[in-house]
Order: sequence, then structure tokens, then C-alpha cells
Amino acid sequence: MSKITYIEHNEKTHTVDVPNELTVMEGAVQNNIPGIDADCGGACACATCHVYVDKKWFDKIKKKDDAEQDMLDMAFEPNKFSRLSCQITVTDELDGLVVKMPLKQA
Amino acid sequence: MIKTDVLVIGAGPVGLFAVHQLGLIGLKAELVDNLDKIGGQCIELYPDKPIYDIPAAPECTGESLTNNLLEQIKPFKPSFHLNERVQEISKENNNWKIVTSGKKIFLAPNIIIAAGVGSFEPRKFSVKEAEKFENNGVFYSIKDKTYFKNKKVCIFGGGDSALDWAIELSKFSEVTLVHRRDEFRGAEHSASVAKELEKEGKLKIKTPYQIKSIEGDKKISGITISTEDGKIEKIDTDYVLGFFGLIMKLGPIAEWGLNIEKKTIPVNTENFQTNKEGIFAIGDICTYPGKLKLILSGFHEGALAARACFKLARPNEKYRFEFTTTSKNIKERLGVTKGD
Repeated sequence: MSKITYIEHNEKTHTVDVPNELTVMEGAVQNNIPGIDADCGGACACATCHVYVDKKWFDKIKKKDDAEQDMLDMAFEPNKFSRLSCQITVTDELDGLVVKMPLKQA
Repeated sequence: MIKTDVLVIGAGPVGLFAVHQLGLIGLKAELVDNLDKIGGQCIELYPDKPIYDIPAAPECTGESLTNNLLEQIKPFKPSFHLNERVQEISKENNNWKIVTSGKKIFLAPNIIIAAGVGSFEPRKFSVKEAEKFENNGVFYSIKDKTYFKNKKVCIFGGGDSALDWAIELSKFSEVTLVHRRDEFRGAEHSASVAKELEKEGKLKIKTPYQIKSIEGDKKISGITISTEDGKIEKIDTDYVLGFFGLIMKLGPIAEWGLNIEKKTIPVNTENFQTNKEGIFAIGDICTYPGKLKLILSGFHEGALAARACFKLARPNEKYRFEFTTTSKNIKERLGVTKGD
């Protein structure tokens, strides 16, 4: 179980406990946190679970693969801290992770 | 006006198999899809990716699954209406009247919504000026390439569409290709052709840049692009083309008076009817306790919805359950004589 903080674009902050092995996307969806759509259900096929990872945390997360990098081309206003939250699996090392949601998902 | 037994919205695998189930029990279906091709997400998102969980097909691709389904429904001669989005529906006596974006009108006692996550639409530029210039300088698809002849064109994107059009238009237009990172995700061959054209001075490539603003009063005069580190560049251009792939949007479905829960339509699991009589929802777009977003679940949902459609399409006939192995009726509909 790790504490993950999701910050909406309007700065509204949600901190929830997310069990290990779930993805950061699932943590948001299961807790009804707005701002992450996840239209494809976590298959790295839609770019609607896009988040900006807090820069302190960005390098602690397993690197993105090519498929995620390609899919991020389609995200709304991606930057160098962009990730698809369905591709980040929660582990003990990510306890305290902070991610911010974009203005919109598409 | 086209009269039919069932209008199916969405020509993905689930919509296609619903046509099969309808055909077996003697119902005629018309299919409408917003894309220009058949296959839905299977074809648009992952035509080459292997799928491993279709019953009795250990491995197939989105493309082969679609082709096999088309083969399977061939005997029922379904009509496809592609590039059409269902806009409005209204009740007319015992029928639903359905109007599409291309102003086609259907009359049917049943509608099966097999629309996945909604209709595919192009992803657009996020800068606010893009909306003002849409279809007047800003485009997300090309219908007639000669429109851009001898003009300055900026193309955004890193996939096949962006690369292919940049290469094609560079033959007779002044093209700048802009992408947010140095790598292109389109075919390697196209990327190297583009880079070769750049060396020859026939095409400009700007990476890693994203659009910052579009300038112009009545028409576009130029754009500003920037890197993440704040490097800014201005480009004179007549046209701005964006190829960022497609996004799925629920679209007009949300306005038909159906119950909607988190972009999905609640149904009962007896016949997959929505809160409106004669409107069914199957596949990814429907929801119920225990719903699995799998193609195989959509097949089952379509089979049950088809039987419910029979009651409304043939109110004076009795539905009889039959197996394809033994039913003479079904064999006639399939046009087969084997096994008699």
C-alpha cells in the first residue's frame, strides 16, 4: 500500500492509499478521482490517463517503453514529465508519489 | 429513407457479430460507423497487434478478426454506411427514426448501440486560435491535396499520416514538418525518406517543437512554435495540418435520453436493453455488474440482444430457438446445404 497524491488541474488535491500492483491509473479510477479518463481501460492504447509526474519522482519510476512514448504523442499538451498513469505500477518505492493531471485528457 | 429491422451503430467486432446473430434469426440489419472503414478499434488502434482471447482462435490480429467476421456475415448481405455518425434519434409510432451526419434517414424498431467508447474523431490542436481557423486554414485531414499546391504548409505529428502527407505535399508545396520529439513513430522507411528530403532541401523538419500560437486575422499568416526549454521560432505559413491520431468521444449518444454512467450505458443482462424500449447497448459501451470489456463478452451480449430485437421486429411471430447444426431455416439463410 502506498500513498499517492493526485492533483487536479485546478489544484484540488486527492491523497489516497493505493495497493501495490495496481497502476496509478487504477488508483485514481477506483477512488473516483476526476481528471483521468482511461478510455481504453489500461491497455496503453488511448492516452487519456495522461499525468505530469512531480519532477522529484520522475526518475524513480520505471522508464517508459516505446509504445508509451508513441502514445504520449497523442496526449493533450505533453511535456518531459508526462507519463501514462496506466503504465506506472505502484510499488513500495513509490509511496508518496505526486502526479498532476492536465487541463483535459483529449 | 431506409427501413430495416435493426440499425447497428458501430462496425467493430461486436457490431459485426450482432449482424450475424440477427441474420441467423432472419432479421435484416444496417450498420453505421463514423470511421471510413470497417473494424472499429481493432482496425483503428491495433490492426497488427495479436489478440489471444477470442474463443477457438488461439491467435489473431485485429485485421484478421475483422476479415473473418465479415466473411461470417456475408450470407446476410449487411449494408454498411461508413463515414456517417448517428446524430439524432426520435420515436415514430413503433419505430425509431435515426438521422445521420450525412442526412441519411433510417426507420427501425430496434437500435443496437455497439459503439465502443464512442465515435473516433481527430485529436485537435490545443491552442485557442485553432478553433477559429478550423476548416479555414487548420485541417485534420486532407480531402484534396491539390488544394495545397504551391502553398506554405506546416504539418504537425510524428505518425504515418504526418510523415506520408509531408512527403507527398513536399512534391508541390513548401512543407515544414513539426513534431514534439526527435523520434518519429511512423514507419522507419517514411522517416528516413523525410530526412533525405530535408537534406535535399525539399522539406523542413522542426523537432522537438510544439505549437504555441497561430497568427492571422481572416486567414492564417504564420505560426509560432516552441521547445520545452522555451526556444521560440516563427514560421510563415498558409495552412496548418494536425495529424495527432484519433480520439474516442461519446458524442451525440449522450443526448438521446439514455442513462449514462461514466461514459457507458447501463443495461439489463437479460437482453441488454437500455432504459429505452428497442434500444440495446452491447460491447464496451454497455455496463452492468460484473461487466468485462472483452470482445468475447460483446459477442454474447449481441446474441441476447438479437433475440430481444426479434420480438419488436416480428411482434406477430413466435421466436423459436434453433441450432445452426440442425435448423433448415438457418441453413437457408446461410445459403448452405451441407450436413442435410
